[in-house]
Amino acid sequence: MAFRVVHYINQFFANVGGEEMAHIPAELREGKVGPGMAFETAWKGEAVIVNTIVCGDSYFAEHEKEAKEQVVAWVKEINPDMFIAGPAFNAGRYGYACANIALEVKQQLGIPVLTGMYEENPGADYKDKILITPTANSAAGMRKAAPTMAALALKLMKGEKLGASCEDGYMPNGIRVNFFEKERGAKRAVKMLLNKINGKPFVTEFPMPNFDRVEPGKAIPDMSKVVLGLATSGGIVSKGNPDRIEASNASHYGEYDIEGWDALTSEGWETAHGGYDPVYANEDPNRVMPIDVLRQMEREGKIGKLHRYFYSTVGNGTAVASSRKFAEEYAQKMLQAGVQACIMTST
Amino acid sequence: MKLELGFIKINDVQFSNECAVKDGILYVNPEDVKAFIYDNDDVKTYIKSITLDIAKPGESVRITPVKDVIEPRCKVAGPGGMFPGVISKVDTVGSGRTHVLKGAAIVTAGKIVGFQEGIIDMSGEGAKYTPFSKTLNLVMVAEPVEGTKQHDYERAVRFAGLRCATFVGALGKDVEPDEVKTFETYGIMEGAKLFPDLPRVGYVHMLQTQGLLHDTYVYGVDAKRIVSTLLYPTETMDGAILSGNCVSACDKNTTYHHLNNPVVAELFEQHGKTLNYVCNIITNENVYLADKQRGSDWSAKLAKLLDLDAVIVSEEGFGNPDADLIMNCVKQEKQGIKTVLITDEYAGCDGKSQSLADSDPLADAVVTAGNANMEVVLPPMDKVIGMLDYVDYCSGGHAGSLRPDGSIEAELQIITGATNEMGFNCMSAR
Amino acid sequence: MVKEIERVGIPVVHMCTITPISLTVGANRIIPTIAIPHPLGNPTLTAEDEYALRYKLVDAAIKAFSVEVDKQTVFEF
Repeated sequence: MAFRVVHYINQFFANVGGEEMAHIPAELREGKVGPGMAFETAWKGEAVIVNTIVCGDSYFAEHEKEAKEQVVAWVKEINPDMFIAGPAFNAGRYGYACANIALEVKQQLGIPVLTGMYEENPGADYKDKILITPTANSAAGMRKAAPTMAALALKLMKGEKLGASCEDGYMPNGIRVNFFEKERGAKRAVKMLLNKINGKPFVTEFPMPNFDRVEPGKAIPDMSKVVLGLATSGGIVSKGNPDRIEASNASHYGEYDIEGWDALTSEGWETAHGGYDPVYANEDPNRVMPIDVLRQMEREGKIGKLHRYFYSTVGNGTAVASSRKFAEEYAQKMLQAGVQACIMTST
Repeated sequence: MKLELGFIKINDVQFSNECAVKDGILYVNPEDVKAFIYDNDDVKTYIKSITLDIAKPGESVRITPVKDVIEPRCKVAGPGGMFPGVISKVDTVGSGRTHVLKGAAIVTAGKIVGFQEGIIDMSGEGAKYTPFSKTLNLVMVAEPVEGTKQHDYERAVRFAGLRCATFVGALGKDVEPDEVKTFETYGIMEGAKLFPDLPRVGYVHMLQTQGLLHDTYVYGVDAKRIVSTLLYPTETMDGAILSGNCVSACDKNTTYHHLNNPVVAELFEQHGKTLNYVCNIITNENVYLADKQRGSDWSAKLAKLLDLDAVIVSEEGFGNPDADLIMNCVKQEKQGIKTVLITDEYAGCDGKSQSLADSDPLADAVVTAGNANMEVVLPPMDKVIGMLDYVDYCSGGHAGSLRPDGSIEAELQIITGATNEMGFNCMSAR
Repeated sequence: MVKEIERVGIPVVHMCTITPISLTVGANRIIPTIAIPHPLGNPTLTAEDEYALRYKLVDAAIKAFSVEVDKQTVFEF
């Protein structure tokens, strides 16, 4: 049996009219309308559009809540395998509507959704939340967009694993996916370099990320009363690595009790880190986690006291998202234990 | 400097009573090879036993823990010999003629040294990711003498592997190659005169030098003690640079990669047509910040001195070397030299994480060899060369990676050469 | 990881060798250390000198807490 699809389009693509008809409320129609034809042609019977929802762009913008409720109610009733909106090309309000309604259907009903639009359409801001196929900036791009969207839609309905964005035709959505290029990396690099030298367009395979920032913590004028916490990404663990922290891309962190330790010794401690020569840290773990001098400072009254536990993981090849999760967890633990300042060491 | 490479196509490797290359078949007598390998003090002192085995493409064979892969080559004419400063005496290589046993490789394996040895599967899912599932592999498994320190063991295995490759490579000395290719780069003035209108391009080749077990050797010198310097590209084809490192298996440059550096090959492909390939600048990835600054300062300075218009920069490893990569990029770009970087990514198993440890907007042209954190499941193999004892401990492995049925669930990191940052493979990510 | 701790209101001093990475990932108080495999030590020194070196580095970190900063700061000393 063919997969069943509900398609969302605006008044213009339904041939109702242009700007003067943008106020029409959402309306449910049987079968395909307008651009839906191109999808069905590409699906060759594997999927059909059972219903088309037509909605004016102004209506959606001005009655977003009602429009969403109505569309979701219809889609729920029809119970299709997939919901497709647009493509909207460079029509701003249409793109906004497509992205929003697709996201709503995905969140409310959990079925796969897809839309398409020009990369500069404001709706494209949703590309990390829903799959959006990049299109040309005018409806003339339908001929190219339809087969790409149709193929991607079919893949989603079949539950197949999603390929890389450039393979399956969606805008990069912050999830890196491996795939095989036709040419090896060195050849691609030389080609990219020649384009760059000659002032021709080139596309980087990895756009540089923007790291977020956090406000610096307030200064602590008097450290002599402070409970000091300690954390490290240098992988210092109890001898034998009882928590089995991985040498690379660690899946967890360890919490280690230093009560009674005046310094870390090579008999009691070691590093689990796989990214640097472990000899020095294993010989003297204080070189990474300086318990020896901190104990002296505790005695001297330079600091109040050390928190009873330190937190350790391996930074080597460990995903930033995992590190964040570990730190969020032990930051809470430190907070509850009354820690007021923290030294983090990295290798 | 001009070098001729004579490629002798190897279609099969067999154990035999003799050692020879005949009609495209490499015949090896294991006892002769072992005798040659053992004629070395380090090997004698630290290696208890050596076992040789053969692994061919398509076989149900797993090799692990893999340390290095080396292509058998032999200097036929011109100064010096293979692996100068280590196996041969120090002499500038890269000119004359060298024979290559194309299609064959020496793989060294044995008890783990660090955390970072890898896996080569000759068939199945894992074979897709490693280039060494397509080579005819003579595998050398070296057992250390009990109580051998890891650094001594690493050095002894390195020497043993290079000696094995040297012995096998020499079998091609008097064989007529199937194909001869010539590679030549020119002096500064000469090149400028020959190609006045072509952009001058260099290759900034970053070498892993993180510590005793993460090193690269250049003419026998531990590369963490070099300042950035120049190399004719053809020098790399004669073994001027070799791997002694245990970076994660996926993005360590094995000696095979150095001998067959794909950036060198692709730049030669365009040399004299669309660009003038001037030279390689080698620079290291040390653990001191001052060294990182000095290394990238010098590579930028040398590029300027040579009036380069553009460079390709290849990284080795990941993490703090990402800082070297970005410094090498930014310093070149700021003096008007255009860059393309080759790296790989550590974006987490779900692909959602930050891929590199450092970044800069000037790094606007990057080629990626893929996400090394991607999970793979490698089916059990009928035969294991080496030992499975260390799978859980290798980078990319985790507790329980090795399943009871012999299959392995791990990250791509664990596969030798999977995300090579010289751009040896087709894999990428978006 | 530094950011997550600072976000809950605990000021952090990051002691690391490769300060450019620390700046990229967003640490606010940074103390440069010796080398990646031994940030707070130097195996070429005698045990005594090495301890003194470590004391000096950690002392600088403790002092860094008391300095008000409004942007990312690498404390050179």
